[in-house]
Amino acid sequence: MKASRWTAFWVISSSFCAAMVLTVIPLPDTLRALRPEWVALVLIYWCLAVPQRVGIGSAWVAGLLTDALTGTLLGQHALGFAVLAYVILKLHRRVRLFPLPQQIPVVLVLLTIYQLLNLWILGISGAAPSHGLAWLQPVIGALLWPIVFLALRAGRRRFKLR
Amino acid sequence: MRLGAAVLASVLLMTVDHRLNHLENLRAYLSVIVYPIQLLVDLPNSGSHWVSETLTARRVLIDENAELRQDLLLQQARLQKLSALEAENARLRELLESSLKVSDRVLISEILAVDLDPYRHQVMINKGTNDGVFPGQPVLDATGVMGQVSHVGPASSSVILITDPSHAIPVQVNRTGLRTIAVGTGSSDRLELPHLPNNADIQVGDLLISSGLGGRFPPDYPVARVIQARSDPGRPFAAVIAQPTAQLDRSRELLLVWSETPDSPPVRETDGLDEDIPPEAGEDTELTEQ
Repeated sequence: MKASRWTAFWVISSSFCAAMVLTVIPLPDTLRALRPEWVALVLIYWCLAVPQRVGIGSAWVAGLLTDALTGTLLGQHALGFAVLAYVILKLHRRVRLFPLPQQIPVVLVLLTIYQLLNLWILGISGAAPSHGLAWLQPVIGALLWPIVFLALRAGRRRFKLR
Repeated sequence: MRLGAAVLASVLLMTVDHRLNHLENLRAYLSVIVYPIQLLVDLPNSGSHWVSETLTARRVLIDENAELRQDLLLQQARLQKLSALEAENARLRELLESSLKVSDRVLISEILAVDLDPYRHQVMINKGTNDGVFPGQPVLDATGVMGQVSHVGPASSSVILITDPSHAIPVQVNRTGLRTIAVGTGSSDRLELPHLPNNADIQVGDLLISSGLGGRFPPDYPVARVIQARSDPGRPFAAVIAQPTAQLDRSRELLLVWSETPDSPPVRETDGLDEDIPPEAGEDTELTEQ
């Protein structure tokens, strides 16, 4: 049985909302630069699992909302997420077959590409971070990938999204 | 194809957002959509405040009340003296035929416990255009200048702090009257004064106050205290570092200021700080400011 359009919409957007909550939840100052890009992780999952429902367009909108949420330049996250979605849509047939541990390096590469774009934009707009901690952020994101994957897969199976 | 469109749209948006200020409306709409998320994140924080307020013993409240009463008495005694000084200042300024500085009006707002982009020093506050907040409005806390409003939504706005690397504030050394500019460094306890010559008269411990030049910040509010002043003859400029007096990473309540420009209609009753001014008063000032 296939889930209706509306259920799919609500499940996917509420998962994005949860990711946005995690994105702005207060952390100690030292850990802030290490906060993984939760929205990007959720986006990677949905693009892998249901590429016919979540694509470049939804990625762009999610990015724009993240921009408004975190007070960055409008379009900064949107650009990164759109590129991310494009790369995953190209790769998803292969990556879906990988076992979970093997997906981690792929996610790492994706998040690093995303972070690179992000840092470029920050550098161009004159707000480049002064420390190298920013490069640790994709690593943490990739290490958290199994948790995100299992949680979202449980949700997807529960609502029979396909 | 879709990627191309998305990339083009983002690049366009970013350029327009960075170079021009035409996107405030779009940002305001988006901020309405994401405001529930920010409120939700702030909920544990404000909830715990509410709980601790409701559950405090009556005795503690009575003690606190007495303490506050005492404080108020002290402050009022000081204010009496201040009003006499203010009158004297006005008289002297009249003698010098210079314009009278009118006291500023303020509104208290609270920081939402929300983390924004880690590479920028910004905070989210719970007041917006509904309360008359406008972009560029100066923000203070009890001990000094904190920053200025950068984006406004209907019920919330974001404030860029003076320590953000892209922020600069015109200041004056309180002791000597020397004017310069304090630039944010990106770390929350340091400001840089990059354009001071080696022979400038500046010492460790000097208080920097806002100079009011540039018209954005009201003059004479404390900004920072110099913690390091080194002049190296081999370098063109002195290396001066200052520490903000405002508690940028600790304050929860902050003050939004409507400063009265000399050409706005004079205020008859200047009784210092008006709390909770009606929003239309703020909008009036906004029009004269821009």
